[in-house]
Order: sequence, then C-alpha cells, then structure tokens
Amino acid sequence: MTVISRRNFLKASGSATIGLWIGISMLDGCVTKKSVAGAKNFTPYILVDSDNNITIYNIKPELGQGTFQSIPSLIAEEFEVTLDAIKILNSNGEKVLGPHQSAGGSSSVRGSYNDLRKVGASAKEMFIAAAATKWGVNVSDCYAENGKVFNKSSHKSFTYGDLVEEASGLDVPKDPKLKDPKDFKILGKPVPRPDIPMKVGGTAQFGIDAAVPGMVYASVQRCPVIGGTLKSFDAADAMKVPGVLKVVEAERKVGKYSYVGVAVVADNYWAALKGRKALRIEWDTKGYEKFNSADYENKLRSLAEEDGLVDKQIGSVTSVHASSANTCEALYETPVAAHSTMEPINCTVHVQGDKVDLWTSTQVPSSVTGERDNNLPALIGHRPEDVTLHAAFVGGGFGRRLYLDFMVEAVNIAKQIDKPVKVIWTREDTTQFGPFRPMTFSKLKGSVSGEGKLISFEHKVISPSLHDSSSSAYDKTKIDGSMVEGIGAQDYEMPNLKTSFVLADYHVPVCAWRSVTSSTLAFAHECFIDELANKAKKDPFDFRMEMLTKSSDTKRVLQKLREASDWDTKLPAGKGRGVAQWLFFAGLCGQVVEVSYVQNKIKVDKVTAVIDLGTVVNPDTVKAQVEGAIIMALTAASKPGITLADGKVQQANFDTAPVLRINEAPPEINVIVLAEGEEKIKGVGEPGLPPFAPALGNAIFAATGKRIRKLPVDLTNI
Amino acid sequence: MATYNLTVNEKSYTIDAAPDMPLLWAIRDLVGLKGTKFGCGMALCGACTVHLDGSPTRSCQIPLSILRPGQKITTIEGISKNVDHVIQKAWIEHQVPQCGYCQSGQIMSAVALLASNPNPSDEDIDTYLSGNICRCGTYPRIRKAIHAAARMAAAKG
Repeated sequence: MTVISRRNFLKASGSATIGLWIGISMLDGCVTKKSVAGAKNFTPYILVDSDNNITIYNIKPELGQGTFQSIPSLIAEEFEVTLDAIKILNSNGEKVLGPHQSAGGSSSVRGSYNDLRKVGASAKEMFIAAAATKWGVNVSDCYAENGKVFNKSSHKSFTYGDLVEEASGLDVPKDPKLKDPKDFKILGKPVPRPDIPMKVGGTAQFGIDAAVPGMVYASVQRCPVIGGTLKSFDAADAMKVPGVLKVVEAERKVGKYSYVGVAVVADNYWAALKGRKALRIEWDTKGYEKFNSADYENKLRSLAEEDGLVDKQIGSVTSVHASSANTCEALYETPVAAHSTMEPINCTVHVQGDKVDLWTSTQVPSSVTGERDNNLPALIGHRPEDVTLHAAFVGGGFGRRLYLDFMVEAVNIAKQIDKPVKVIWTREDTTQFGPFRPMTFSKLKGSVSGEGKLISFEHKVISPSLHDSSSSAYDKTKIDGSMVEGIGAQDYEMPNLKTSFVLADYHVPVCAWRSVTSSTLAFAHECFIDELANKAKKDPFDFRMEMLTKSSDTKRVLQKLREASDWDTKLPAGKGRGVAQWLFFAGLCGQVVEVSYVQNKIKVDKVTAVIDLGTVVNPDTVKAQVEGAIIMALTAASKPGITLADGKVQQANFDTAPVLRINEAPPEINVIVLAEGEEKIKGVGEPGLPPFAPALGNAIFAATGKRIRKLPVDLTNI
Repeated sequence: MATYNLTVNEKSYTIDAAPDMPLLWAIRDLVGLKGTKFGCGMALCGACTVHLDGSPTRSCQIPLSILRPGQKITTIEGISKNVDHVIQKAWIEHQVPQCGYCQSGQIMSAVALLASNPNPSDEDIDTYLSGNICRCGTYPRIRKAIHAAARMAAAKG
C-alpha cells in the first residue's frame, strides 16, 4: 500500500479522473453523496476513480492510538476492500467531512462505529446497483468482494473503477444494510497498522517535518515566571547573530489566559535559538515571582477542611460517620503533570492576506478549521473558509494537542513575516509553559460496619478547575463536573455516599491530560477503598466484590481479573499484589499490580489488566494502548511532577522532568480484552491509565505495610 | 558560515552552515532528511540517533565543525533500501510504534545493538536502549522485536 501526500494525491487524481465520492452528514447521521467528474479539489470519505484507485480518508488524527488503521477499516469492511488495496489519507478538518475530526476522550472508534460503516455500506450498494444495471440482472444476483462486483450466475466481475460513471449517477441508499459481525474480515482482527511501515522507515510526516518552500524558523522566549507580562526587550544583540531576520512580539492565548513572548525569526532554527539567547528582555512578573508549589500545597491542605460544592449524595454519610466506631480519614495528593509529548510542540504557518495555512500536529482538525466552538479562526480573527490545515501524524497528544494556543502564537508571528514560518518549542518550552494537568488533592472519609461491610464513603476533591482555566465566564458557585469525574459513578453499591468539590484558585493554565481527572482521582478513591478493606480485615478483592452484588460491567471485569492475575495464589514474603479498577467516561479497566520489595526498593514485576470494550476493532492495538497507558501511569506515579519555585517551573528537560525508560518498564504486562457484544462500545486510549497508580499503591501496602498517599512515590526509597 | 561536505547514506551533500550548528539540524533542514527527529537537544532522549561510521550517535550534540571529512553518516532512511532491515521487519511484525516519533532513534540504537551483540538478553536490551525515550510506552514490544530480529538474523546466517 502506498500513502501519498495530499498535494501529490490531488496532482495524481488530475483532471482526467472521474471520481465518485461518498460523504456523510455527521449531524443527522444521514448519508449524502456528491459525484464529481474531473474535479480537482475535493475531499471525500471514499474516492474511487476510473483507474480503480480507491482512497479512504481517516478523520481521526493518528496520535499512536491506531486510528489510521481502525477508522478507515470501518469503511473498508463494509465497502469490501482490503487495507492493502487502498490509499489512506489523513483529513485536514474539511467542512465536508463533518465537525468530528478530532481525537480525544477515547472516542474515535466508538463515536464513528456505525456512521462510518454506513458510509462504506452505502457505497458498496451503489456499485452493486450499477453493476446489476449493466448486466441487466437483479442486485440480489450480485455481490461485492475485494473491490469488485461479481455476477453470481455468470461469475463475471467489474472492478469498482469500471463502475464509477454509472454508480456516481445513483442516489445514495438511505438505510444501507450493515454486515453481520460474524462475516467481518477486518473488524475485530489484529490487522497490521498501515502507518507502521512509514514510522519504521522514517518517512511518516509529523507536523515538525513540514517543509514549505521559502520557510523560515522561529523560537520564542516566554516569561519564565508564569503570569508575567512583557515590559520591554532589546533585540540588538539577537539581530547580530548571522541568519537572524527579525524579532517580533508574539501573543499566545491559552483558555482565559493571554501571554506575550518575544520571537526570534531566522533563516535556520539554530540561528533562531542563538538569537533567542542573545535577547535582553524585561518582564513584569506581577507578584507571581513569589509563588511556589510548597505553599500552594499547604493552601490545598487547608481548603480540604472546607465543605465544598456537593456533587452527588446518597443517604447520609455524616450520620454514619458520627455513629460508626470504624471510621477512617485520609488526604491523598497528586502533582501537576506535563504531557511531555516526544514531538515538541510546533506549528508552521503561512499568512498571505486573509489566507492562513497551517502545518501542525493536532488532535482537533475541526477546531483548527472552525467547525467547532472555541475555534482557531475565531481566535485569530479570520474567516473559517480562509484557514487551511495541512494535517500530519501526531508525535504524541495525551490531551496537549487538543489546545490551540501554540497555533495562535505561531499565526501571530507569521502575520509579521512575509514568509512561511516554522515555530518550534524546545524541549524545555514544551515542559515549562503548560497547560498542565492540575494538582489534585482528595479528602476521603469512610466507615465499615462490625461485619466488615462498607457503610459510608465520602470523597472531596480539592483542585483547580479545567473549566475555570478555559474560560473567564466560569461560574465558581457551580461544580466543574470534570473535576469530580468518576468518583460518584463507580458500580460499587454504597448505601451512603457523598462526593464534593472545593475550587482552588490557580494562575497557571491547566488542561486535560490522558484520562483527565481520573488520572488522579482513581488513585485516591481506589487506595482508600483498600484502606477500608484493611480496616474491615477483608481481602481487598473480596471487599470490593461484596459491594458488587448486582450484575455490572465492573463485576465482570473484576471476576475475570481475579482469575487472570492468580490473585488467590499466595505470594512469598517481600512480594505483594494490589488491585484497582476505574469506570469513567472513557471506559473501564481493572488491574492487578505485583511488586517485590528488596532493600527499600519497589520493583513492578507484573501487571495484569482487563479492559472492557463491548466491541473491538483491533485487539492488538487495544493491547498496545493498555501497555502504553500502564507505562505512562508508572511515570506519573513515580517520577517528579511539575513544581514551581519563585513563580517558575523548576523542571525543564528529560533530566529534571524524566519519563520512564526501557530499563524501568515492567518485565511483564498482560492485557485481557473483554469484547462480548457490539451494543456498548467503550473507549481504549485512556481507560488503561487510571487503575494503575492505585493498584501500585495497594501492592506497595501489601508488600511493605506502608500506605502511599502522595504521588509521586520514589520507588527506589520506600 | 562555512561549507561542509557531508556523506549521508552514501550520498554526498554540500551545505553552508554555522560551524556550531548541530548535525541534527543540518540533516533535517539542509540535507532534507526528516526521519531523524528533534526530541530534547541535550542527548537525553535519543530521538536524533544516527550512526557515525557505524556508531550510534546523538546528532543533536555533534557540531558540524567536529565532523571529519568523509565520515559516514547513516540515518533511518539509509539502513535499508525497502524498510527491510531485520530490525525494521521485526518492528513491523510486532507492531512496535504507537505515535512513532521516537522510533527512528529506537531503531538506530537497536540496529547498532544487534551489530555488536547478535543475541542480546532483556538486560542487554534495557542497558543499550535506556538512552532512547518512548513516551507512548512501547518498551515491552521493543524488547520482543529485538529478540525476534536476533532470531531472524541468526536464521539468515
């Protein structure tokens, strides 16, 4: 299979081509069609030309989660073509492909599963109808396979390319018949990902690889004290660096915040970096130079004593706590985290009059081209039709590339330069300027009965708010639902439950980070359940199962996990197992972590994960995602988070902001995929992350008797 | 500014650049081979790994001025003609990459490991590749793929 760039594709598709293209309106779920003879400038879900070249667009950015395979497969399965016989192109936020060109919330496959299958099925029915007409037979006498329509009685066949002209004259079937899953040839199978040969050969194009003729480069000095503003700068020395062309101010907007930095533009990136070092800048740090994380943590600890806004309430926790002899309380603390995408943040922009072209790695093409709220055209004051995205493979997203801040900054630089300009953040910039996952503290209180059953549970979250950071219109008297994500929605049957939220003001921009607030709240919630199991003198698995008397997804997952992890097999002294699960908007996963404890060091020996999906498109991709989520979760649990001192982020490159290396990765990760029917589809990219930290904390307790309530935990010194 | 003759993947390129420009940026932006990636600029992540006369080297730390004339530079684009080095084949077989950004560097390190140690243990792999960061967490598959590549190479003889 070959994959070619959009520009080459348009050249190749040339004026001699007759194209049929099938589109779907994602708003009403209705399939619509336009056929174009000899058109050059269009973007279909499916394009078939008269030479039988078949192209399918991937509308969900490929960040490593496998959409370059899974999304076209939804169409290809129903259209009866194989992935090695088609070209796949990443979409660029084109209006005609609908407003859902984005990857976030583990939603790519489950959000497209039926709609995109309908696209493929409709197209197939049109080609079959065209062939039937040509042969003068009924459509029921024909079938499609491998990009061809066959005549059942004569065994003759037409390729789809042979039928383009006839098929493009037909109406699109409104309600095409979808295949029975038992007949699937691609879906549900471990089909190799077509992006992998490109990524192994070094030819996959990421945003940072854009090569636009005449392009220059820029590096931006931003105020190291977060919240500071630009007073003045002297560019004289920077301009003396050979290759430096211009020094300009650059405004960047992140949610409700706006920052102005100084950009050095040069004819090569190295010169831009040298010019940046030669800048003399005066910042107004506005009092933020006094901010430090240790004080802020103390502030959160005192806020933990406040009542907060109630999220969910069942029964009365207060009366149970007052009367119970077996009540415990704990404060759990998690740090600020950076996304640390391997591809540093970057954006190439060419502004020509009203027209803006962007080459970048983004999770949200539809926001870049203006099909959604909070879109780029609105932020930069251009009309959506004047903004063109040239999308690329994304070198890691994890939530960071849901945001448009770096594009706004790059556009503001490009507006002052009459050439295309590539803005590349250094690794240090990528670590230090956010937006970040917020610091989240949890105050927990629970009681168990004399028989060792959980009778009340209270979880209060103390944290900055994602909504507060993203909009100055946020109403602080109302709860930000994203900050109490999942804590009131587990399948555990709890007679008395209360969840609540205390807003902590913060001046640093915060944002979604893979699995959002579940990445921190699950740690507190599931470790505290372990504390209560201990209080009840119960096995942590039994204690949980006793709260799952009714049938539920969680119950099924935990039953499978108990067996798969050998939970009931005794471990020797010095080893321990911990269990945790998490159910949230993205999906459901349970994990057992097995650790050994030697000379004050904890080593993760084995992780067993059970992820519940309902329907699976590519089981191998699912396993890869869960393996990766576990390793990312181990970084978040055991490596330093982001801290501020004197208003500045203290971490910079991978020495001070380390991520897990291969020698630290668990030797064994077993992933079990539960896929027991197509009715409910759960997400894949995020659910593997939340249960890991609590399962690790619970395993450390089992092995050492020490309860970890603050992350990160230094595994080399327990 | 100075003029340099670089031999990259057995092809010769003449470029004009500042003597302190790291080889990484020369390869990417002057030679135009984009498979070698910028990750950290401090030899901490390994995304920019190339081979200098066969030795894995962090190209972000090699100023053009220290390159010797005729020194052979090999990038990810140069290790095979058709993405068919045993390491690349094993990477495809085990579906190693996720986002893929670090993988050029991982592969350049793995190719060098196999050249020096045809049958590495997990521990050898961990030691040799600990300089290559993968944020997606493909490490378990990297280990499996290197073992598979070692078997493939041994079978080929």
